[in-house]
Amino acid sequence: MRGWQRKGGRVHAGFEQQEAAVLRGLVSQLEDMLRARAEETPQDPLSELTGIRTGPSQSPDDPVLSRLLPDFHKIDPDTPSQEVLDSAGALRSLHEPELVDAKVGVAAVVMETLPRDGGDVKLTYEQADAWLSALNDVRLALGTALDVTEDMPEELPEDDPRSPHLGVYHWLTWVQESLVQALTA
Amino acid sequence: MTTPVASEQTQVEPVGVERGAEDQPWQTIVWNDPVNLMSYVTYVFQKLFGYSRDHATKLMLDVHHRGRAVVSSGSKEKVEGDVTRLHAAGLWATMERSS
Repeated sequence: MRGWQRKGGRVHAGFEQQEAAVLRGLVSQLEDMLRARAEETPQDPLSELTGIRTGPSQSPDDPVLSRLLPDFHKIDPDTPSQEVLDSAGALRSLHEPELVDAKVGVAAVVMETLPRDGGDVKLTYEQADAWLSALNDVRLALGTALDVTEDMPEELPEDDPRSPHLGVYHWLTWVQESLVQALTA
Repeated sequence: MTTPVASEQTQVEPVGVERGAEDQPWQTIVWNDPVNLMSYVTYVFQKLFGYSRDHATKLMLDVHHRGRAVVSSGSKEKVEGDVTRLHAAGLWATMERSS
C-alpha cells in the first residue's frame, strides 16, 4: 500500500494480500461486536407495531464498545446526577440502533470493496467516506484496547505486550491520513 | 487528537467568544481524544456542518488545545441529530443545555 490517489472522480490504492487480510480481519471483528450488542436488546411487541426500534439504555461494559457508542451527555464519574443519567439513557435507547446500523454499514462497504487477496481498491467519494468512518472505528477500537495516548511513540519497548500490535495501529493511522489527504487535496 | 508520526503541527489561532445562547437552547460539544486525527476531525466538521475549512480547522484546534469545543447549537432535536452523526463518524461528542 503506497497511499491513496485521486483520479477521475475516484480514489484508489493498492493493497498487499497481507494488508487486506489484516484490515478485513479487524473490520469483521468490529462488525461482530456491534451485531452482538444490537442482539442484546430484544425488540418488544410495541416496537414491532410502531416500527420504532429501541436500544439499550445502559452504556456497554466493554471499553471498546463504550468508546464506539458514547453517552449523549458528559457524565460525572464520581457524582453523576440522576437527571443526566436518565436523559443519557433515554437518548441512547432512542439513537443506538441507528448508530449501530451506520457503523455496520460502513464496515460492510470496506468488506465489499477490499478484495480478500488484496489488489486495487477503487472508491467513489461516498464509498471513501464510508472507508474513513470504518478506518476510524477500527483505530478507536485498537487504540482503546492498546490504551494509546496522544504522544504514543512509534515503537514500545520490546517487552511491552502491546508492542507487536502498535505497528498495525500506526499503519491504520497512515492509511486513514492518506485517504483524508487524497479527498481534500 | 493526534497526527501521524512526523507530521507538521499547525499554530493555534485565538478563538472568538461563543454567543447567542438565548434562542439556541442546546449545544453540541466535541471532546479531545487521543485517537482521532486532526485532519479527519477537520474533514468531519466540514462534511457534517458545511463549515469552511478555516472555521472547521479553528474548531478542531479548539478541541485539541482546550479539550473541548462547542461545534453546533439549536433545538434539542437538531443537536441530538448532530451528536448522532458525530458518533457515527467516531468523534466523542455530547450535548448539554446552553448556559
